[in-house]
Order: sequence, then structure tokens, then C-alpha cells
Amino acid sequence: MKIRILITLKKGVLDTQGKAIENSLVKNLGFSQLSQVRQGKLVEVEIAETDPAKIKSVVDEICDKLLVNKVIEDYNYEVIA
Amino acid sequence: MKSAVIVFPGSNCDRDAVSACQKVGSKVSKIWHQETKLEDDLDLIIVPGGFSYGDYLRSGAMAAISPVMQEVKRLSKKGVKVLGICNGFQILTEAGLLEGVLLRNKKVKFICRDVLLRVENQNTAFTGKYKKNQIIKFPIAHMDGNYFADPETLKRIEGNGNVAFRYVDVNGNVTDEANPNGAALNIAGIFNDQKNVLGLMPHPERAIDDNTGSIDGLSIFESLLAA
Repeated sequence: MKIRILITLKKGVLDTQGKAIENSLVKNLGFSQLSQVRQGKLVEVEIAETDPAKIKSVVDEICDKLLVNKVIEDYNYEVIA
Repeated sequence: MKSAVIVFPGSNCDRDAVSACQKVGSKVSKIWHQETKLEDDLDLIIVPGGFSYGDYLRSGAMAAISPVMQEVKRLSKKGVKVLGICNGFQILTEAGLLEGVLLRNKKVKFICRDVLLRVENQNTAFTGKYKKNQIIKFPIAHMDGNYFADPETLKRIEGNGNVAFRYVDVNGNVTDEANPNGAALNIAGIFNDQKNVLGLMPHPERAIDDNTGSIDGLSIFESLLAA
């Protein structure tokens, strides 16, 4: 199955890149109605499993071991194909 | 003293680290990151600066799971000294050998200049040659040096004397102006609880010769030699 993992910074963790993006959108491009821009990471991966419980266990393990730093990040995922 | 400097794809301060070890008379060898065995009689392992794995995913994340890091963890548990400099500090936090994490600099800029530091704990194997609260000058060169940990962790680190160095002004005061990257509590470097692992963003190995502006970094290597 094809899985899409979305990694975001936890609430309260300073997102300097999000702030820079926000400044560009608001100050340089004039989107004055925008605020609270946050950026994250998207990882797609093909897993040779179909059982949702097995998929969850693989995703949790790869996020724990490499993809996510739990001190500052949260993640969720969806099966996309 | 017998030292090893770990080399990852993208390390670029490994040679400076070797020079610093040699300058104080330590035997030193470079170890490639795919190595699965480190010698048990090592006194010091240096995880050097650079851009391991191109800083992909998160700075230090992929280096932290390379084969040699299992050995670094094993030896650190036996009390071998581990020194992580700049990217090496990021790698040690990602590997779980030190608490917290290094976020992108507050102003989202790569910063390369000298900074002033205050020695916060001189009762360790790394800092024994410094005086209490000594002000020292090291260069920094990083994009992700903004030290972050949750409030409970910060409190515990402070309480255990794990803060090694703090960014300060010329008078030794901890100020926002003296903080180059937004690091929590102006923290530039921390120890683990056992004080045998030190990670810091500034570069002591680039401050060992008067010709390059400072010799304040030499004391770390001399302290280790005497420990």
C-alpha cells in the first residue's frame, strides 16, 4: 500500500521557516488576510502490507526510529493507494 | 590518551578535530561511519562538525542511526568520553545521548562568527582546566543551533549541572543580544547526567591556535588529557 506520512512541528515549537514564509506571503505578496503559517514534511512510502494493523506498526516504528523527532514533532498518516 | 574521530559522509571538521587531539599529544585515528567495532581502550570519541548526509530530514538524524553510533552508545555507557561539536552535537541529541534538540536558528540564517561563552560547570573531565565562570571565545558556524527542550527537561538539565556553556556578552551576562541563534536559556553546550558526554555548537577545535584568533578551545583537550 502507498502511505503518506505528514510530519508537523508540535504546538509551541518555534517554526522559523513558517514565520519566514508568512512574512513573504504577507509583506511581499500582500496577502494580509494570512496568519499562523506552519510548515512541515511529507514522506510517501510503499509498504508491502495490506493489513491496517501491520501498516500502523511499520509506520509507527519508522517514525519512531528515524522520520520523527518526538521532542519537537508530531505525525499522522493516510493510506493513499 | 587514545582518541577516535568519527567521519560521516559530509563531515568537514574531522581534520581539525584530529589536529586538536594531536596538539595535546593524544593518539588519534579517523573512523568511518560504517565501522561496526570501536576499540574498548578508547579514552575519547569525537563526533565532528559538518553536514552529515547533507542535513537531510533533520540535522544529524541519519548519522545518528549509522552503524558506528551503536558502538559510540556502547562505549559511552562504559564511561568513555564523547565530544560532539556542532553537527556532532546535533547527532548526539538525535541519537539520544544528550537531551533536547537543535532547531533552525531563530533568524533563519547561517551564522559564522566568534562568540563569547561562559563556562558553567568546570568540575568535569572536559572543563577542568577552565576557571569558574571563565569567559572564552569560540567560533560558531551553523544553521541549526537553536537549542530546544521542554520546560521540565530544561529545569532538570539546569538542576543537574548539565549546562556546560552559555552565550554571554563581554561582561559575562546572559542577554538576548549575546544569544546568536535563539537557544533556550542561552545554552551553547550541555553534558549528560554522568558528565562523560558533551555536545556544543561552538567549535573548540577551531580555537587552538593564536593564528586563527583564539586558543580558548585548547583547554577542553588539555582537560581531557589530564582527566
